[in-house]
Amino acid sequence: MAHRWKNTLTRADATPLAAYMNRRQIMAGAMGLGLMGAAGMARAQEAEELVPSAWEDITQYNNFYEFGTGKGDPARNAHTLTTEPWTVVIDGLVDNPGDYSMEQIMDAMTFEERIYRFRCVEAWSMVIPWNGFELADLLTLAGVQEGGKYVAFETALRPDEMPGVRFPTLDWPYVEGLRMDEAMHPLTIMATGIYDKTIPNQNGAPMRLVVPWKYGFKSIKSIVRITVTEDEPPTSWNKANGREYGFYSNVNPEVDHPRWSQASERVVGGGLFSKRQPTLMFNGYEDEVASLYAGMDLRANY
Amino acid sequence: MLADRINQVARKVPTWAVYIVSLIPVPVLLYMAQTGGLGREPIGALEHKLGEIALQLVIVGLCISPLRRFAGVNLIRFRRAVGVLAFIYVLLHLLVWAVLDVQTLDRVIADVIKRPYITIGMAAFVLMVPLALTSNNMSVRWLGPVWRRLHLLTYPIAILASVHFIWLSKGFQLEPLVYLSVILGLLALRVPALVKKVAA
Repeated sequence: MAHRWKNTLTRADATPLAAYMNRRQIMAGAMGLGLMGAAGMARAQEAEELVPSAWEDITQYNNFYEFGTGKGDPARNAHTLTTEPWTVVIDGLVDNPGDYSMEQIMDAMTFEERIYRFRCVEAWSMVIPWNGFELADLLTLAGVQEGGKYVAFETALRPDEMPGVRFPTLDWPYVEGLRMDEAMHPLTIMATGIYDKTIPNQNGAPMRLVVPWKYGFKSIKSIVRITVTEDEPPTSWNKANGREYGFYSNVNPEVDHPRWSQASERVVGGGLFSKRQPTLMFNGYEDEVASLYAGMDLRANY
Repeated sequence: MLADRINQVARKVPTWAVYIVSLIPVPVLLYMAQTGGLGREPIGALEHKLGEIALQLVIVGLCISPLRRFAGVNLIRFRRAVGVLAFIYVLLHLLVWAVLDVQTLDRVIADVIKRPYITIGMAAFVLMVPLALTSNNMSVRWLGPVWRRLHLLTYPIAILASVHFIWLSKGFQLEPLVYLSVILGLLALRVPALVKKVAA
């Protein structure tokens, strides 16, 4: 399932949201339409090994410093975040800049489920069944102009609703960015759901980025602004500690974080005696994304 | 007077009671780790809790002599127990890190060498070993004045431990900075010039 990203569906195939939200129906539908060949079957089988983490692990073990630095803080504190109504500003080098309401975005996008590995820079991981749409579709809707080389993102900053931002743990608001080819890559999605349910606030409601081959902190949560820029945008963790958190932040078992090894990871939910498992290059998405970095020194561009 | 009342009560408390009470968190934390009370990922949480308690005990230990000097509260009888307990918690913290978290000896060694925050944490532990080993009456008699000087190692240990905490925290966080400030404050009370000022 995780590799089912070669999107054969377009907005023209738009089916009712409920149908998209059910992975079994999508599988059945796709196979019935003959869209899935032998290769697709093989991929689906291979991907069966990805067992999604428990809902409780996904929603109760979070890094979302706007709600506190403890892993349980976001689940405890994020209920105060108002996610309706929600507006995302899309600006910069786009043809159609403006305020986009969540309803507007949801109506225009094609939703599907993506079961992705999720690897935190702190060397823990999960497998998450996201529901969402490709960022490329949203950028296409906004109309990226010729000079647009990067995409910058910004998280909501609401001191009344986010207890964590009352202390300068990071330079708020949280900002992140991608190079345009990374942003346009079909693996890169905007998630609005998990396990076919509306994404909980602690996981980045109402809409967050998911870039599965990069460390989790690149996948910015509760997005209020998307700006297409010519220059590489600043990113929060790079500003806080550039030596440890580079712009690219691709999952790479060969390049250690200065304070810990990245060669292995622990799957959250295994309990007190869980074994570490080896970390995969680009978090297991090497075939799909390695070409984006051809010719680049991944030690210098970490 | 309050100090006298505390001293009276403290005289009746046996030191073994301090050990028992202070070690209660160990089984409680293990039980919580097994039953989800420490969150969805118990290894890191357990490691952190044990380290935090160790640091708190180091601070309690550093409070004992200023309490006597400036407030007349005499808890010196318990200082050894507090120190030994701090060592026990550091040892447990280290074991959880090495056995449950890092899991293999080569990775433990690599981390100690390559990661400065682990190096200083390990340095703090190594400095604690001679203190723990000499925490008995025989050593005190045998070492004489050397014992007192040896146990001044508590000061660098406290600083290393709090820097270890600051260093491992991501971003600019308040809690580890509070620990360092408290420790530096307690050490400042031992600077002779300051002692005179506060006492006067």
